[in-house]
Amino acid sequence: MIRWLLWVLAAILLGGIVHLSTVLAMPEAARQDAYSRLAPLTPPNTVVALGTPTAQASVLPFMDPAFATAVCRYDLSEGMIKLNAPLSQAYTSVTFYTRNSVAYYAIDDRAAGRRAIELDLMTAAQHAEVPEEEDVTSADRLIIESPTKTGLIVLRALAPEPGLMPMARQALAAAQCRLGPVQ
Amino acid sequence: MRLLFGSFFTLLLAAAIGLGATWFTITRGVAFGAISIGAWTAWPKSGSTDIDPYARASIARSGELPIGMGDGVAFYARTDDAGSGFDGRCAFTVGGMTPPARYWTLTLYDLGGHLVANAIDRHGFTSAEIVRDADGRFAINIAPRARPGNWLPTGGIEKFVLVLRLYDTPIGVASRTTRSGPMPAITRKGCS
Repeated sequence: MIRWLLWVLAAILLGGIVHLSTVLAMPEAARQDAYSRLAPLTPPNTVVALGTPTAQASVLPFMDPAFATAVCRYDLSEGMIKLNAPLSQAYTSVTFYTRNSVAYYAIDDRAAGRRAIELDLMTAAQHAEVPEEEDVTSADRLIIESPTKTGLIVLRALAPEPGLMPMARQALAAAQCRLGPVQ
Repeated sequence: MRLLFGSFFTLLLAAAIGLGATWFTITRGVAFGAISIGAWTAWPKSGSTDIDPYARASIARSGELPIGMGDGVAFYARTDDAGSGFDGRCAFTVGGMTPPARYWTLTLYDLGGHLVANAIDRHGFTSAEIVRDADGRFAINIAPRARPGNWLPTGGIEKFVLVLRLYDTPIGVASRTTRSGPMPAITRKGCS
């Protein structure tokens, strides 16, 4: 009897290890995560508008239908990314996600405080190579460090009323995301 | 022989316990750091690098992109204030006050996060388009059939989830308290 209890105890301990390791491995193993779903629709380092979600079709689950959405799937291995997103009249935000959908930075139009959200995205290694003087002279240049080489920049513009959706889409259509010079 | 049988049994049981626990936590959306106000629950940390492994796993599986901290916060409700689950064949009202935010949106999804087909193509409301009374309070009528005022159709589906997203809000970023603001009340108004 005791022997069986020991076996069960061992199974519970081992089960705990299996549980924790599968939870930790899930983001790497997932094949239907946001990046994988967007990869076939979006060429890298280009802003691509996503369709407004409808009942029939939605690229990602739980998208807000009141927003026009555009995505820049970035790859920093060739250099850094310069992002320029003009603001729409209502509310505009830009959120940065790692390859595994972790939102590591988000900024909205009010925090940007200008007519456009302008950012430089680079890896920590690329940031270290930026000459220091240049860093100082362009102090207003906002630099974001990406924890991963690839990831997603998601631009969202609110249409406060359904009739304003074309305006929100138009604002995002002017957004640019391009490869900057290799430093 | 006994040793072989015992270890085989242990490995099998361990796999069942481990995978079962993983499946359960991921499909249920277990995550730490929840803020619950009434029937509404938000996980503001899921929109930052402080995201816990359970939330990471469940987001990787569902394919959604959580709303970033600094952009806003999303509150989810699966039940009314009395605790009874949402049924698309019944009528509910969501109304009252919302926490401070520049804009908010209320959206109805099925449990998989898809919008629900309906005759008027209405899937939610934004704070800018809602019809309010003189006090600035609002009421959204969630029902399978047409209602006066702010009608949000359920499409008659069995279960649904409401998501209230607050944009440019101090909730979840500045305040850590659970009494961080008035959330809209959810009441059941009977079934058809």
